[in-house]
Amino acid sequence: MKSVKVLGPGCKRCDAVEGMVKTAASALALDITIEKISDYARIAGYGIASTPGIVIDGKVVHAGGLPKEDDLMRWLQA
Amino acid sequence: MSPFAASLDQARKSRRVWFVGLSAMLVLWFVVYEQLLPFAQWLVAQTSIETGSHLAASVEFFLYDTPKVLMLLTLVVFAMGVVRSFFLPERTRALLAGRREGVGNIAAAHLGIVTPFCSCSAVPLFVGFVSAGVPLGVTFSFLIAAPMINEIALGLLFALVGWQVALTYLAFGLSIAIIAGWVIGRLHLESWLEPWVRDVRGSTITLEDGQQSWIDRFEAGWEAVKEIVGKVWYWIIAGIAVGAFIHGFVPAELLSRIMGADSWWSVPAAVILGIPMYSNAAGIIPVIEALLGKGAALGTVLAFMMSVIALSLPEMIILRKVLSIKLIAVFVAVVGSGILAVGFLFNALFS
Repeated sequence: MKSVKVLGPGCKRCDAVEGMVKTAASALALDITIEKISDYARIAGYGIASTPGIVIDGKVVHAGGLPKEDDLMRWLQA
Repeated sequence: MSPFAASLDQARKSRRVWFVGLSAMLVLWFVVYEQLLPFAQWLVAQTSIETGSHLAASVEFFLYDTPKVLMLLTLVVFAMGVVRSFFLPERTRALLAGRREGVGNIAAAHLGIVTPFCSCSAVPLFVGFVSAGVPLGVTFSFLIAAPMINEIALGLLFALVGWQVALTYLAFGLSIAIIAGWVIGRLHLESWLEPWVRDVRGSTITLEDGQQSWIDRFEAGWEAVKEIVGKVWYWIIAGIAVGAFIHGFVPAELLSRIMGADSWWSVPAAVILGIPMYSNAAGIIPVIEALLGKGAALGTVLAFMMSVIALSLPEMIILRKVLSIKLIAVFVAVVGSGILAVGFLFNALFS
């Protein structure tokens, strides 16, 4: 099971990213857990400077803006 | 996927289709743009509004400026969207980390213009910069330049008011961001950050190098058009409506008395008036265009515009999460004085 974290203070785009992750995971029939992190100190702890960010199994794969669907699928399958 | 959608998807991945399509769009853009003024005049002539009246002037301004500004906006936003795909906040941070003040302030102010970040990213960006070893003053140069030199406002000023004004706006915006950031750095106010910000020790990550193709960049430009034009069009129409009213009904002698170069108090008044006003940068440009047309002094108008764009209450409320009230006060004071100086200097130079 993969653990996915969505980093963002809770703006519209962060919600959109969470939705995208869920859609991609169910399209790939992957079992994942999603956690949203909105605490600024914890977000900064991951070393990103723009939100929303995506962390998969502890590795930051994306920061800033909406990811591309193809990329998201690739990261989830890696 | 239907065959049509599939072939459309295929076309989207072809570089040639993008180049040909964009060129065709650009030609069409210029053809339509040339026809806007005659069309607006023709439209006004069809109505029963008396030609040469105040109302006719207002209506014509509105009918001409609305499509004109929206078309210009689309072009500018697309170009900026493509340019911005070269500058990511993480990359900018890597460029600035450990930079000495001075050079760092200059670099930060320039990068502030082209690095994309949305207002909800302001806090993560600030913390991310400071925790990665970007000096506080350099971070401030970035944070001041980013909203103050709005690249969309710059593009619209260039097209609507002229390159002299656009260039002046750019030069003075950069100077304020560089000097204000340098001053804040000299004051050594690190202890005025909220305590948790100082404690964050972020590791800086390097993202997988997303080697972007030109198609990706064009798509980023198109995404920016959809997002920004979709979000600001009503600001623009509101701005044009105000501009149209000024253009048609406000007497020039009244305006040049209030906002002219001879009334010294007009610059501070414009700055103070601008702080609580929050408008999208794009919405304020048609107002600027109308004010300048009526003989308002350039320094006063630029001061007003910079104050509206750069000193906004909502942004200060967001930044309160990382900065103490004292630090926000210093920020407002330094930036405010910079804008005042620009206003006075300009009125003195060009009156």
